[in-house]
Amino acid sequence: MDPADLAAVWLTLKLASVVTFLLLLVGTPIAWWLARTRSRQKGAISAIVSLPLILPPTVLGFYLLVAMGPKGPVGQMTEALGLGLLPFTFPGLVIASVFYSLPFMVQPVQNAFEAIGARPLEVAATLRASPWDAFWSIAVPLARPGFLSGAVMSFAHTVGEFGVVLMIGGNIPDKTRVVSVQIFDHVEALEYTQAHGLAGGMLAFSFVVLLTLYTLTPRAGSAPK
Amino acid sequence: MSRSARTLSLLLAGLLLSLSVAAETVQVAVAANFTAPMQQIAADFEKDTGHKVVLSFGATGKFYAQITNGAPFEVFLSADDETPAKLEKELLIAPHSRFTYAIGKLVLWSAQDGYVDVKGEILKTGEFKHLSLANPKTAPYGAAAIEVLKKIGAFERVEPRIVQGENIAQAHQFAATGNAELGFVALSQVYKDGKVTSGSAWVVPTSFYTPIRQDAAVLAKGLHNPAAKALADYLKSDKARAVIKSYGYEL
Repeated sequence: MDPADLAAVWLTLKLASVVTFLLLLVGTPIAWWLARTRSRQKGAISAIVSLPLILPPTVLGFYLLVAMGPKGPVGQMTEALGLGLLPFTFPGLVIASVFYSLPFMVQPVQNAFEAIGARPLEVAATLRASPWDAFWSIAVPLARPGFLSGAVMSFAHTVGEFGVVLMIGGNIPDKTRVVSVQIFDHVEALEYTQAHGLAGGMLAFSFVVLLTLYTLTPRAGSAPK
Repeated sequence: MSRSARTLSLLLAGLLLSLSVAAETVQVAVAANFTAPMQQIAADFEKDTGHKVVLSFGATGKFYAQITNGAPFEVFLSADDETPAKLEKELLIAPHSRFTYAIGKLVLWSAQDGYVDVKGEILKTGEFKHLSLANPKTAPYGAAAIEVLKKIGAFERVEPRIVQGENIAQAHQFAATGNAELGFVALSQVYKDGKVTSGSAWVVPTSFYTPIRQDAAVLAKGLHNPAAKALADYLKSDKARAVIKSYGYEL
C-alpha cells in the first residue's frame, strides 16, 4: 500500500477513535436523560439527536461549513476564542463527526438504560446508594451491551463517513484526507487498482465489524433484557 | 366519467402528445467551471431550436469514469483536452466530433475587497491561513494552479495551507464562504461582461501555465440523436461564442 493510502487509513482510525471516545462522554448523559425523563421536550430532543440518520450528509456538511465559516455563529465564536476556524482542520472533522454519529451512540445506550427500568435503581436508593453511585455501579454495568454496540456502531459509522468530510474537509493529507475521500480521489484519477485496494479493505472491515457485533451481542440493536 | 377523471385523462393525453411531438432531448455532461455560461447557452439553444437540454455538472474525471461505464450522456464538455482524446481512442465518442469550445483562464480570487493585489504578490507575502484550489490530480484548473505557484516560487511557502475542492466549483465555494481567504478559481466563476463581479482578483498571466484547452465531443450514445449534433454545432456559433467570451474564456 502506498504511503498516501496508509496515511489516510491511519487518519481515519484516529478520527473514529477520538469521535467514539467523545461520543461516550457526550452521548451517555443524553441517553440517560432521554431514558429517564418525563419532560415534554423529550420528543424534540430525540428528534434532534436522530436527525443525522435521515439528513443527507451534504445538508449537514453545508450547514457546518457555513456555521463554522468566518461569517457563521460558530466560526465567530471560535475566532473570538483564538481557536481560528474549524473547516479544513482535524478538530473540525471531529466535531462534525460527533454530530453525524450521535444517534448511533445515543440510541443503543438509551435502549439499554430503558430496559433496566426504575426498579434496580430504586432498590439501590433504599440501600442508601447515591444517584451517582447507583448510576456507576448499577446502570452502567447493566447497560454494557448497549455501550458496546453504541461504540462499535459509532466507530464504524465514522470510518464510513464521506459527504460531510467532502464538504468541510478540503482533502488535506494527514488532516482531513480520510479513506473514503482517498477512494473517491483514486476513482476520479482513474487509479482503479489503488481504489480497489482501499475499497476492498473497507468492505472487509465493515463486514468484520458487524459480524463481531452480532456474534458477541446477539441482541445488538434490540433492547437487552 | 367523472369530471376529475376526464380532466386527468385530458392531461395525460396532452402529456403523451407533447412527448411525441416535442423535439429531441439531449443529455449533457458539463465540466463544473463551465456551469454559468452553459446554462445561458442551453437556454438560448432550447429557445432557438426547440430541442431540450438536460445538464449535469461535475468533475471531468468523474464523468470519464461514468461515461466508460455506460452513463447516458450524449454530449461531453470536458475541462481539458486529454479526457476527450482518451474517450476517442476508446471509441466512446462520435468520430471527428472533438473540438475546443473554450480556453480557460485561471484567477486568484478572494471574496474580500482589496485582499488580493493585482499582481498576486500576496502568495509570496500574505499571512492567509487557507488557499483553496481544485484537486490538481483530477482537475485541470488545480494542476494549472500548482504550475503557477511553482513558477512564481511560492509553492513551498503555501503548500501547507492548500485546501482542495473536489472540483473547481467546490474550490470556489470554499473561497466564497470565506473559509479559505483566497483561492485559485476559473475566471468564468467570478467574471461577467468584462469585469470581476465581486471581491478582489489577480488574473494570472496565461504564460504562467499550460493553456487550459477545454474540448467537447458528441459521445457514442448521442451518435443518432440529432439534438446532440445540433448542440455541438451551436457551441461553435457566433452567438454561443459571444456568451463564452463574456465569461472570460478565450477562443
